[in-house]
Amino acid sequence: MRNDIFSVLRRSPFFASKARCAAVQMIAVLACLMAFVTVAPNMAQAFSDEELRNIAEQLNDKSATTKVAVIEQMAADGDPRVAPILKAMLDGDLYVRDSDEHVVIATKKGKVYTHIDIVSGEESGESSSKELSKIKVNNRLRGALRDALATLNLFSPDLAVRTAAVEQIMDARDPAMLPLLLRAIDREEDETLLARMQLAEATMALAAGETTDERLAAILVLASETTPQIRAVLSQFVASAEAEGYQPEVVEAAKDALESVERRLSTWQTVGDVYRGISLGSVLLLAAVGLAITFGVMGVINMAHGEMIMIGAYTTFVVQQALAPFLPSGSAWSLAISVPAAFLVAGAVGVVIERCVIRFLYGRPLETLLATWGVSLVLQQAIRSIFGATNQQVTAPDFMSGAIEFSTGLVLTYNRLWIILFSVIVVAGIAAVLRYTAFGLQMRAVTQNRRMAGSVGIRTGYVDALTFGLGSGIAGIAGVALSQISNVSPNLGQTYIIDSFMVVVFGGVGNLWGTVLGAFSLGIVNKFLEPVAGAVLAKIFVLIALILFIQKRPKGLFALKGRAVEA
Amino acid sequence: MNKKLQALVGAGAMAWSAMAMSAAQAADTIKVGVLHSLSGTMAISETTLKDTVLMLVDDLNKNGGLLGKQVEAVVVDPASDWPLFAEKARELIEKDQVSVVFGCWTSVSRKSVLPVFEELNSMLFYPVQYEGEESSRNVFYTGAAPNQQAIPAVDYLMSEDGGGAERIVLLGTDYVYPRTTNKILRSYLNGKGISDEDIMENYTPFGHSDWQSIVADVKAFASAGKKTAVVSTINGDANVPFYKELANQGIKAEDIPVVAFSVGEEELAGIDTAPLVGHLAAWNYFQSVESDANAAFIEKWHAFIGDEKRVTNDPMEATYIGFNMWKQAVEQAGTTDVDAVRQAMYGQEVANLTGGVAVMNTNHHLSKPVLIGEVQDDGQFDIVWETEGTVVGDAWSDFLPESAKLTADWTYPWVCGNCEKPMY
Repeated sequence: MRNDIFSVLRRSPFFASKARCAAVQMIAVLACLMAFVTVAPNMAQAFSDEELRNIAEQLNDKSATTKVAVIEQMAADGDPRVAPILKAMLDGDLYVRDSDEHVVIATKKGKVYTHIDIVSGEESGESSSKELSKIKVNNRLRGALRDALATLNLFSPDLAVRTAAVEQIMDARDPAMLPLLLRAIDREEDETLLARMQLAEATMALAAGETTDERLAAILVLASETTPQIRAVLSQFVASAEAEGYQPEVVEAAKDALESVERRLSTWQTVGDVYRGISLGSVLLLAAVGLAITFGVMGVINMAHGEMIMIGAYTTFVVQQALAPFLPSGSAWSLAISVPAAFLVAGAVGVVIERCVIRFLYGRPLETLLATWGVSLVLQQAIRSIFGATNQQVTAPDFMSGAIEFSTGLVLTYNRLWIILFSVIVVAGIAAVLRYTAFGLQMRAVTQNRRMAGSVGIRTGYVDALTFGLGSGIAGIAGVALSQISNVSPNLGQTYIIDSFMVVVFGGVGNLWGTVLGAFSLGIVNKFLEPVAGAVLAKIFVLIALILFIQKRPKGLFALKGRAVEA
Repeated sequence: MNKKLQALVGAGAMAWSAMAMSAAQAADTIKVGVLHSLSGTMAISETTLKDTVLMLVDDLNKNGGLLGKQVEAVVVDPASDWPLFAEKARELIEKDQVSVVFGCWTSVSRKSVLPVFEELNSMLFYPVQYEGEESSRNVFYTGAAPNQQAIPAVDYLMSEDGGGAERIVLLGTDYVYPRTTNKILRSYLNGKGISDEDIMENYTPFGHSDWQSIVADVKAFASAGKKTAVVSTINGDANVPFYKELANQGIKAEDIPVVAFSVGEEELAGIDTAPLVGHLAAWNYFQSVESDANAAFIEKWHAFIGDEKRVTNDPMEATYIGFNMWKQAVEQAGTTDVDAVRQAMYGQEVANLTGGVAVMNTNHHLSKPVLIGEVQDDGQFDIVWETEGTVVGDAWSDFLPESAKLTADWTYPWVCGNCEKPMY
């Protein structure tokens, strides 16, 4: 019976193409709905088994145009078995089995692919990749698949799936989906999603609306929200107002709405800039805080500081490789273990450098500079010889992938959020060590007056070695964090060494809080300049501003009071 | 009896002297120079090419060498230091007396060695895709010119299958290759009816690591309602953080596809590519190409480097083509003399790894097929589009008015790399 209505509608000349398409989709969705509520699944299958198999085979057609048509036809038919097929195709899991030319969904387990029959939905054997040929998708097909899935998923019982479908419809803004969306609005119970649906409806109704009232109502809904899509919809509407001959009051209202949306978006843009500035600042802080100890407290110009960061990143890589057989992929444990491991490895290298090279050069900054620069080259080439010159892959744990996306276009990526948090923890940890431990006390004593510290029985050489080790170890910890956002390559350290020195010099040598403030202010200034001047000029401006600032205040933001070590 | 003995001794002596002669010949080897950075920023890319040349030399020697002589590779390390490239090139040519040099990656390093090769009349094979606008008598360019990579890629983006892009973002590293390529592209796009307000151009320093703002800007630029695509000429280390940021900010290839000209299998080796599936790259070769020559090449590479996980890439194929072409030209000329080999190079044909034939044209550029590949979750590329036949490399772009009128042709009657009319 349902099939009959279907075919009548399809053939009917009274249906204009858009309306017909919508009607077909409506019925498709009805059928789909029934599939969800009905007890006997067979009742809802619009395709016979044979038909489904045949039409799915056409998905392997050579022409993308044919494939798109097939996808639309399949989605329109409302068979509940279609959605998993299209989903698999979108994910690249749809294959043609060479043995019987059947289309199967195959998922990889180890080296074996498990086949799932598209008709029965049950497992139908397994094979190696050689017996399967993948059904190819390109970006055009992915777009078509996502649109088709959105129409199918609009009535899914799962709220998250429905929400994703609405977002997709909002992006596509295809007026043919409007009747379908209206049906979904009638049924929707979740208030947040309902508001999104009405917003999506308004984006389409603005252009598709027939009367002035309908358009004004749509503008009213649009003006209450703040997303880049709405800005696009409104500006397109205003731009085409003259050609389409809309009423002046509608155009006026649209212009007002556009202005208010743009104003709010620019506020969000500023919020975004500040966030990105803080994020860049936290990276700079992590990179520089170790240097704040070796250069700031000890006065050693340590050009090999970047290489300590690199050693930390490589330690993360090695730990991850070593633990890979024991942990599931995406596990956070390897990263958690990497933090102390990187501290120890980089710290140990730091102590060795201090004992073998730097301690002979205290008080001779130029020679220290040259010697540590040489050490940095040696370390880089050593890593290159051991691991090769190419990048190494450090996989991000699940909790660090993805982002919180606000509808206003602001995106807060998880890895950056964690790095901000991590940098705060590291700085708090260092502050605590300096303030509350015996070692911290000795360190401060040696910094303030080496001779006096020595005469009250502090082993200054021992404290020097440990301090250098602490600074290097912290650089190693920074390497763990940076491995998540940057290359793990022998050149990793060079990227950060200059920025690190800038932060420490700007913040004031020998002052931890100066480093914190220096890092965040440099980050934020950089991120506000970048959109205006471009990344290259922004860096130059910051550098020039820094030089001028140092001319005015040679000791940086916070000058260390009292007698600094041998300075 | 006595005579027999004499004959035996004589034969022995002859055999002995023949052996001695061949030993003397073996000591007299053909030297080839390898001028790739093995330390510094570019080591990440160039070390692989050094290994490729060593593998090809090794292979050639196993098969009897060249002109009956063994080939010896002289490897130097210019350490990603552009002026040092020129010094090392001079050292290779004057001190080591190499017959040919395979080397350079960045355009700035090539520009640095160019005067040395021209002054000493030696020969350089340059294996990397570049911005064009150059043709030297002493350099053979085996990588892609802009018309063999950039232009077809943009055509694909604007086609229906590529998504029908109407707004283009040009992202690049701030140096000569991206700037020139984007200049050509802008002029080409304007000709295709894409106005300047639909083109966004942005440059970043080498090794740029914080892509948050730029990716957010791209997102904002793409939200205007027109289909947007990104053309990336970002080079080297900056690519990994760029792609990580793209993935984390959830930019999907079907919304904003990114086509890259400097990202191959090797660059992707450092990234988890699952969130990047569908982003594109344009090259003349991908490891995933199905051909017998390619399968044999990959097998040989894995055996030579001793690591099954190492990938192959486009500049490696360009090195392979260049090396084999030089070998054939030397055999044809019967000598390694630069002028004779150069003459033999023109029209030289070598089977490429994608199942076709590479031809050296008189403008010192190759005819190559253009392939567009999509990133897959295993770090390989799936070819989604390719040219019907091969495309002749164009030294001087037709889309820049000042270079459109220039011709590069090193045979009679032109004999010139940048002339408006023939020399003779």
